[in-house]
Amino acid sequence: MRTIAPWLALAFAFAAAPMIFSSGSALTTMSLMGVMIVFALSYNMLLGQTGLLSFGHAVYYGLGGFVAIHAMNAVINAKLGVPAIVIPLVGGLAGLGFGFLFGLVSTRRAGIVFSMISLGLGELVSSSSFILRSFFGGEEGVTTNRAKLAHFLGFRFVSQIEVYYLIAFWCFVCALAMYALTRTPFGRMCNAVRDNPERVEFIGYSPRMLRLIAFSFSAFFAGAAGGLAAIDFEIMNAQQLGAQQSSLVLLMAYVGGIGAFAGPIIGAIVITFLQISLSDVTSAWQLYFGLLFIGVVTWAPGGIAGLLALHRQALRQGEAWRLAPAYAMAAPALAACVVGAIMLIELGNRELALERSEGSAMRLFGFSVDSASLAPWVVAIFLLGVGLASMRRLWPGVESAWGTVNARLLEKAA
Amino acid sequence: MTAALQLVDLRKSFGATPIIRGVSLEIAAGERHAIIGPNGAGKSTLFHLVSGRIRPSAGEVRLHGERINDLRPFEIARRGLSRSFQITNIFPRLTVYENLRCATLWSLGHKYAFWKPIDRLRDARERTEWLMDSIGLGARRSLQAGVLSYAEQRALEIGVTIAGGADVIMLDEPTSGMNNSETEQAVALIRKVTEGKTLVVVEHDMSVVFKLADRISVLVYGEIIASDTPDRIRENAAVREAYLGQASH
Repeated sequence: MRTIAPWLALAFAFAAAPMIFSSGSALTTMSLMGVMIVFALSYNMLLGQTGLLSFGHAVYYGLGGFVAIHAMNAVINAKLGVPAIVIPLVGGLAGLGFGFLFGLVSTRRAGIVFSMISLGLGELVSSSSFILRSFFGGEEGVTTNRAKLAHFLGFRFVSQIEVYYLIAFWCFVCALAMYALTRTPFGRMCNAVRDNPERVEFIGYSPRMLRLIAFSFSAFFAGAAGGLAAIDFEIMNAQQLGAQQSSLVLLMAYVGGIGAFAGPIIGAIVITFLQISLSDVTSAWQLYFGLLFIGVVTWAPGGIAGLLALHRQALRQGEAWRLAPAYAMAAPALAACVVGAIMLIELGNRELALERSEGSAMRLFGFSVDSASLAPWVVAIFLLGVGLASMRRLWPGVESAWGTVNARLLEKAA
Repeated sequence: MTAALQLVDLRKSFGATPIIRGVSLEIAAGERHAIIGPNGAGKSTLFHLVSGRIRPSAGEVRLHGERINDLRPFEIARRGLSRSFQITNIFPRLTVYENLRCATLWSLGHKYAFWKPIDRLRDARERTEWLMDSIGLGARRSLQAGVLSYAEQRALEIGVTIAGGADVIMLDEPTSGMNNSETEQAVALIRKVTEGKTLVVVEHDMSVVFKLADRISVLVYGEIIASDTPDRIRENAAVREAYLGQASH
């Protein structure tokens, strides 16, 4: 029951989300979130579960997407009655095939060797996308028209709401399958090979075989995500399999938390949301992503899921109230840091970088300011400075509150 | 009868430096065999050669009469030879229970199965429960192995080693770093869990060796200078000079 409840909740959330967020742009965003959830979960099969840090995971997402889009065009041209709902499987099988092939080369070793080979393969595939134009479609990419695909039980998957439900369906199925995989002999041995590949050999397992199977599965689900993207966007281009997409999925998995199964789901939702909403607000959005990533790596290596798990444990044991005073003290200081930093970045962006041509009048947190005048800079530096100084003083209080909570939790456990 | 484990003129050099210089040894099935020797004698290297972690430069290792020199460690493990490590070598982020269960899987035939829910495998569960009782870590089952105390990790190390039901068990200094009462418990544990199996053990603690072993081989500078019953080894002049005498200074 305890394992079924979250899945029922997830299914319900998928089903109900369009009723709450029904606007066209919300549907587009949620569709993209569904695609990214599958992609990020597939990435974490490698990073969180098998201990393989890949810098080229978008290769399988992209190749899955390209094969899916060619498959769509082929069945449309040949008038085969193939509906859109099976296309993600085509993407998945393409991912599986390429994953197995490239996995043979890259899974012999873990650690730095694996990471470097994944980076090399990523560069190899994305540079060949400009050479093999008939397959990758050059700069424009390859397009399709999902409206021409066959019907399926009366659904044509033309409107965004139908596409959303198609993605939600596959996202749920893939997430469930990936979770089930973690609870098999193979899944547990992936954790073992992550922890200690040497010892794995002495209990009868080939670390390389474990990595290869994990890599192939992971590429299958990445390819399925690519297939979903092909249906959603109706276009695939070389960017989808490039280094930027590979680092995006790493960012999602890590920010969400690689130590928990749900981490990448959270990461995919948060990062996709930020990506879409932040890029409307500021042209420096990638800088914020970078800062967010550095912040998580430095202060919350367990990601959002890790932070949630910590607090949930404290809440359940009725110890969370001990944190409240320290948090209440630190919150204004943290807010001052964040606001000061954002002001500095935005002022800098306007005065020195991308948006220089826009002139110096701008809006910041609802105020009209002139980035060429001294005042906003002084305020920004003041806020950041005071915020940082107060955080230095107040952080030990947060730490000692956590110390007390942890000690109490240990007492209760014993 | 073929020996459980047979070494034939086994040699290993690292570069120009010979570490194992022609070791021949036969260990009968069911025998408890200890290998002793001063530091740097090559005891751990010998273990690595037998278990496939490193390959011999020359000579042969036979397990139940079959040559295993060229096999990978996991292939040797699948043939029923299992070893522990001098420096604890477990899965630190897995729970105690999961450490043991993972170590049972191959021998129970579950291999790389990705279609079977692991919690429904009755044989793995029963064997894991039995192991956990045997090594006395029942109360620690849900803890991450990395947070166990040193002695507990050593016990888990033995548990992981015997989990697959191997009939040849090799333990590399199983009691190193333990205090007296922990050592005593470890010896009792080793006795219990290796009942009816072939045991090869490297050990520094002479009291452990004399309590545990049916036969003792003395390894000095990569050569076996004596291989006999504990009583005779105690009386052997060469051994006293090379090793035991040295230890009593």
